[in-house]
Amino acid sequence: MPIKLIVNGQARELDVDPDMPLLWAIRDHLQLTGTKFGCGMALCGACTVHIDGQATRSCVTPVATAQGRQITTIEGLSTPAGHAVQQAWIALNVPQCGYCQSGQLMSAAALLASNPHPSDADIDSAMAGNICRCATYVRIRGAIHQAAETLSAGATA
Amino acid sequence: MYFRHIEDESAASPATSPSPPELTRRQFLQLTSLAGSGLTLGILLPGCGSQPGAGSVAGPLTMPFLRVAPDNTVTVISKHLEAGQGVWTGLPAIVAEELDASWAQIRVESAPAEVPTYQNMAFVPMGVHAQLTGGSTAVANSWQQLREAGATARAMLVAAAAARWGVPATDITVSEGVVSHAGTGRKATLGELAGAAAKLPVPANVPLKNPTDFKIVGNEQLPRLDARAKSTGKQQFAIDVMLPEMMTAVVMRPPRFGARASSFDASKAKAVAGVVDVVQIPRGVAVVGRDMWSAKKGREALSVTWDESDAEKRGTTELMKEYRALGRGKEALTVKEVGEADAALAHAVKRVEGEFEFPYLAHATMEPLTAVCRLSPDKCEIWAGCQFQTGDQAAAAAAVGLKPEQVTINTLAAGGTFGRRATPDSDYISEVASIAKATGGKYPVRLIWTREDDITGGRYRPLNYHRITAGLGKDGKVAYGQRIVGQSILIGTPFESVLVKNGIDPTATGGSAAEQYDLDHARVSWTPPKVGVPVLWWRSVEHTHMAYSKEVMIDELAQAAGEDPVAFRLKLLGKHPRHAGALKLAAEKAGWDNPFPKEKGRGRGVAVHESFGSVVAQVAEVTVSGNKITVDRVVCAVDCGIAVTPDVVKAQMQSGIGYGLSAALYGKITLTDGHVDQTNFHQYQVLRINDMPRAVEVHIVPSRNPPSGVGEPGVPPIAPAVANAVRAATGTRLHTLPFDLAAARRAKA
Ligand code: FES
Ligand code: FES
Repeated sequence: MPIKLIVNGQARELDVDPDMPLLWAIRDHLQLTGTKFGCGMALCGACTVHIDGQATRSCVTPVATAQGRQITTIEGLSTPAGHAVQQAWIALNVPQCGYCQSGQLMSAAALLASNPHPSDADIDSAMAGNICRCATYVRIRGAIHQAAETLSAGATA
Repeated sequence: MYFRHIEDESAASPATSPSPPELTRRQFLQLTSLAGSGLTLGILLPGCGSQPGAGSVAGPLTMPFLRVAPDNTVTVISKHLEAGQGVWTGLPAIVAEELDASWAQIRVESAPAEVPTYQNMAFVPMGVHAQLTGGSTAVANSWQQLREAGATARAMLVAAAAARWGVPATDITVSEGVVSHAGTGRKATLGELAGAAAKLPVPANVPLKNPTDFKIVGNEQLPRLDARAKSTGKQQFAIDVMLPEMMTAVVMRPPRFGARASSFDASKAKAVAGVVDVVQIPRGVAVVGRDMWSAKKGREALSVTWDESDAEKRGTTELMKEYRALGRGKEALTVKEVGEADAALAHAVKRVEGEFEFPYLAHATMEPLTAVCRLSPDKCEIWAGCQFQTGDQAAAAAAVGLKPEQVTINTLAAGGTFGRRATPDSDYISEVASIAKATGGKYPVRLIWTREDDITGGRYRPLNYHRITAGLGKDGKVAYGQRIVGQSILIGTPFESVLVKNGIDPTATGGSAAEQYDLDHARVSWTPPKVGVPVLWWRSVEHTHMAYSKEVMIDELAQAAGEDPVAFRLKLLGKHPRHAGALKLAAEKAGWDNPFPKEKGRGRGVAVHESFGSVVAQVAEVTVSGNKITVDRVVCAVDCGIAVTPDVVKAQMQSGIGYGLSAALYGKITLTDGHVDQTNFHQYQVLRINDMPRAVEVHIVPSRNPPSGVGEPGVPPIAPAVANAVRAATGTRLHTLPFDLAAARRAKA
C-alpha cells in the first residue's frame, strides 16, 4: 500500500516502509532536503516541520501517521509568520553554518502563529528544543522580536 | 599537495586510530611534485577553447580567485571551507573591495583541491603545503593574496576600458562595479569588460588601496552572502547531495577504540528491505541501502565479531587517576622556562595552588559527518564539507587506489566543523571512498554518520589535568609553575614531523601564563600519556584548557593579593599591549569601575586570552541560585586587527561564547571500560537558547594591523570569566569541568 502524503499542498505517493520516519521520507524520497537530520531522537529540532500547523519533529514521526495531514516543510513555508521570520533572519544575519536554521525557522514561525508578541522567556521556552551548535541564539531572539514587530505593523496597517 | 618534508615513518597511521589507510612515500612524492605545477596568480587559460576569437569581447575573466562573467556577476573562489565562520562573506569582501565591485554582484564558490594555488599560506612557513581551513587563519592568510587578486583584476578591467575608449587608464574610475571615464562620459560594467580584460597580460605589483578608502572592508552593515540560502532551506550540504542511483551507507564501527572487525554475519542485515550491500572496510563494516532508513535498519540487524586485543579498555575515571599521579610525579618535558620558578615560588608571600581537570569533548557539529563518493575506473569524485581538501584528496586516492589528481574534491558548505572535519587521516572521507571501492563503484554512495556515531566516534578534545602553583614575591613579581598532563594531538600524525619541536606538541601546551603575561619566573612542563582514545583539535584547541587554568589562577592570585582582577592583570601586561587594550575595553564597556551590586548570588568575573593572533577579553555577570549558574551578561572585546567583516566578527564572538559556555556548563564525554557512555544529545548535553546569556555585547578594538582570526578566539575566555564570576558570587572555586557547583562545594567543605 503506498503512503499518501500532502506536502506543501501537493499530494504525493510513496512506496516506503510505514515506520520510516517522515524525515527520511521527505528527504530521501521526495528530495525535499531543506529539512535536516541532527539526532533522530527528537532532541535537536533540526528536522522540524509543521503538521497541521504544529511544529513537529519529523525524525520520530512515522510516515504512516502523517498520512492525510497537511505537512509543511521549509520549502513550503509561506504563512505571514513564516515570511516574517525568514526576512528577519536574513536582515539580522542570523545563520552561521545554517544547518539548524530550517528547524529554527519552522519553530519560530509556529511560535509567532500562536503567540504574536513573545517575550524573551516565551522564546526561550518555545525554542529550547532547537539546538544551534553555532550558538546563534542571541540573534534568533532578536529576529523573532523583529518578525513580531513586522507582523503587528502589517496587521494594523 | 600536502607536506614537502614528510618522512616515511610519519606517514604511518597512528597506532591508536582504527586502521586508516596509509599514504605511501611514493604517493607523497607524487603529491609533492604536483605542488610545483600550479600558478599563484594570473590568468588560467585566457582565451581558451570555449571562448570567442580574438576580436570578440564577450567572455569571462577567469583568475584563480575570481571570475568576472559577462552577466556581470563576480564569483569569488574560496579556497576555504564555509562552516559558519563567515569566510564566504569575509573572503569575497576583500576581493570586492579592491575590485570596487558592488556587493550585490558578488557570488562565491569553493575552489578545487589544488596546491600551491589554494594552499593555506599560514602553514607554509612551517613547511606544510596543504589546502586546509583551520587555526582561524582563513581571512588572515588570504588578506594580501585576495587584495592583490582583486586589485589585479581591477587593473585589467580598467586597461580593457582604456583600450576600448582610447583614453588613459589613469583617467578611469571604478565604483560599485561600474567603470567610468568622466571626460567622455563613457561607462561599462565589469561584466562588459571581462572578455576584453581576459586577453590582456596580467600586470605585476598592482598598487593596493589605502585602507582609509575601504568601503566594503569594515562595513558594519554588510549582509552575509549565505544568509538567504540558509534562511530558506536552499543551502546545499553534503547530506543534501542527490545523485542518480545513489545509495546510502552507514558504518558499524568498533565498540572500543582500537578494535577491529574480525568477522561479520550479514544475513539478517541483507534481509532488511532496501539493503543492497554489506561490505567490510578498514574502519568497520558498511551497510548500504537504498535510503537512510534501510541502511540504518540493516545496521541494527548486522552482527560483527570484534578483535579487541589492541583496544583501549580503560575508563575516564582510571585515566584521570593516572593523570593525577603523573602530574604529581616526575616532570617530563619542559615546555617553557623563565627565571627561577621553584625558588621564587618557595619564597612567595602569597601563593595559590590548583588542580584542574578537563574532560574529553565531542565537537558535535550540527550536521553529522557526511560525504558522497562517485567512483569510476579512473576517477573518484567526493562531495563533502571538506576542511582539509588536499589531505582528503590523498586519503580518498589511497582508499580507492587512484592518484590524487584523479580525485575531484567538491567542497560544500559544512554544517559546522569546529575542527572535526580536518582529521590528519581524513577519517570519514576515506570511509566513503573505501565503501565505493568495496562496492566496485556500482553506484554513487552517500555515507551518513548518525548522531550516535558522532558522539561515540572519538576525535575528542583531549582529557587534561593541570597542576598549578602561582605566587607573588616580596618584590611584587609573579612566579608560575604548571604541570600539564594530556594526550598529544599531533604526535603520530603526518603533522608531527613539521609541527612538533623537541618533542613538544604546541597544540597540547600553548597559551600558558608564561607566554601571555610578563612573568619573571615560570616553568611549564608536559607529560603526554599514551591512551588509545583518538583526539583532535576542538575549537581553539589547547586554549580550551590552557586559558581556563591560567585565567582562574591569575584571578585567584589577584584575590589573594587583595587586588582588583583587572588592575592586577594590567600590571602583568606591560609587554602585551594588545591584551591590555582588549582588557581595558571590555572592562570599560562592562562598567567594571562601578561597584557590582552586592546581591546574593550575583558575581562578575573577567578573563583575557590570546589565541590564533587575536586577543579577546570577556567580562561575565552571573547569578547563582542553589547550584544553578545563570550567565546574565557577557561583555566581549576583541582585537583581531582590521575587522574585515565586523558583523561576522561579532557573530563569531557570540558563537564562541555560546560554544565555550556549552562546554563549561555541560560538555563531558566519559568512558567506562573503554566504552563511550554518551550517545546523543540527551546524554551529551549542549547549550540551548534558554542558557544563552540575554545580553552578549561585542566591541571591536580599532586596529590598523592585518586581520587575524575570529573563528576560535572567542571560545577560551568565557569559561574562566564565568568561573571567576561564580567565585566572586559564592567563594567556591571551580577547577573541574564541566561546572558542578554542588560537587565543588562538597569538596571545599
Ligand atoms: S533530528 Fe529530529 S529532533 Fe533532531
Ligand atoms: S547555524 Fe550552525 S548549528 Fe545553527
